Amino acid sequence: MASEGGEDPRLPRIASTIRVIPDFPKPGIMFQDITTLLLDHEAFRHTIDMFVERYRDKRITVVAGIEARGFIFGPPIALAIGCKFVPMRKPKKLPGEVISEEYSLEYGTDIMEMHVGAVQPGDRALVIDDLIATGGTLAAAIRLLERVGAEVVECACVIELPELQGYQRLGGKPLFVLVKAA
Amino acid sequence: MAVCEEKKQDTRIQRIASSIRVVPDFPKKGIMFQDITTLLLEPKAFKDTVDLFVEQYTGRGISVVAGVEARGFIFGPPIALAIGAKFVPLRKPRKLPGEVISENYILEYGSDCLEMHVGAVQPGERALVVDDLIATGGTLCAAISLLERAGAEVLECACVIELPELKGRGRLNGKPLYVLVESH
Repeated sequence: MASEGGEDPRLPRIASTIRVIPDFPKPGIMFQDITTLLLDHEAFRHTIDMFVERYRDKRITVVAGIEARGFIFGPPIALAIGCKFVPMRKPKKLPGEVISEEYSLEYGTDIMEMHVGAVQPGDRALVIDDLIATGGTLAAAIRLLERVGAEVVECACVIELPELQGYQRLGGKPLFVLVKAA
Repeated sequence: MAVCEEKKQDTRIQRIASSIRVVPDFPKKGIMFQDITTLLLEPKAFKDTVDLFVEQYTGRGISVVAGVEARGFIFGPPIALAIGAKFVPLRKPRKLPGEVISENYILEYGSDCLEMHVGAVQPGERALVVDDLIATGGTLCAAISLLERAGAEVLECACVIELPELKGRGRLNGKPLYVLVESH
């Protein structure tokens, strides 16, 4: 697995802690498992530090994390930079009033929801997930945030699957990743 | 604790409690849902929440923080990072790739299942279980079982909110419970 750049000495450790599980969730898929990264305290700390260093001076006012693995990486970043954390969830999980965005899956569609009132016009948002594949999920999150008048500054993931070219589906928004999985 | 420290703690707890939103009739009629998403919108309240847990658990030799999907994923990792422990996600069935152990538990109607990765936790490790809220204690009880089956010692369960009338505290296999806010 190649790491982004290669100058930062923390990246090889981060990359080495990610476990690949073949044929999950179905045959032919090489699943990038970040749970082993979370078992290595130093690697987890480095991961968060690298995101925080990138975003602390970018006047981010909201970190939006995508259920469920975005909930693991988003909150520590939000806490470190002192901004709100907003969970982007599967349908019917968020209580109270929500807005919904439908997005395509390989077969069929899914829905992502965000609370009404969580994000204000003019908020500067960072979208976080553990991994970008086709970009469909991140694109749905971007649309939800833009619908309420936020500016999406960047999308950030631990891992990218570059062959799936998800970066092209982000409506022109930039993507930052730590590790590219071949 | 000195009086001035108690006052600081009270201020933080008050801020945390006031940032939690109650949503009536969710997920079904009659349930007053304790919504922590509004706490997450107040950076000071969220920081105070994590700080209170970190103060409780620093220096107690805890090497693993286990968080229950999904809202335990929000509070567990910041605590784990601050106290130098690993974070282990406890998940609904078929979400974790690779080899898992499973624990079934009873719901009001029917049952559910919680899973943990084989090898995430070693025998002898000292563990903390984190979730946003304890109601009947069924989920936390399943979490404790998973960790104990892997040979870990569960020191304590920690939640932001307790619903004391549901008596979950007494269903934790004798393990102590630490909460910040009680909701009646």
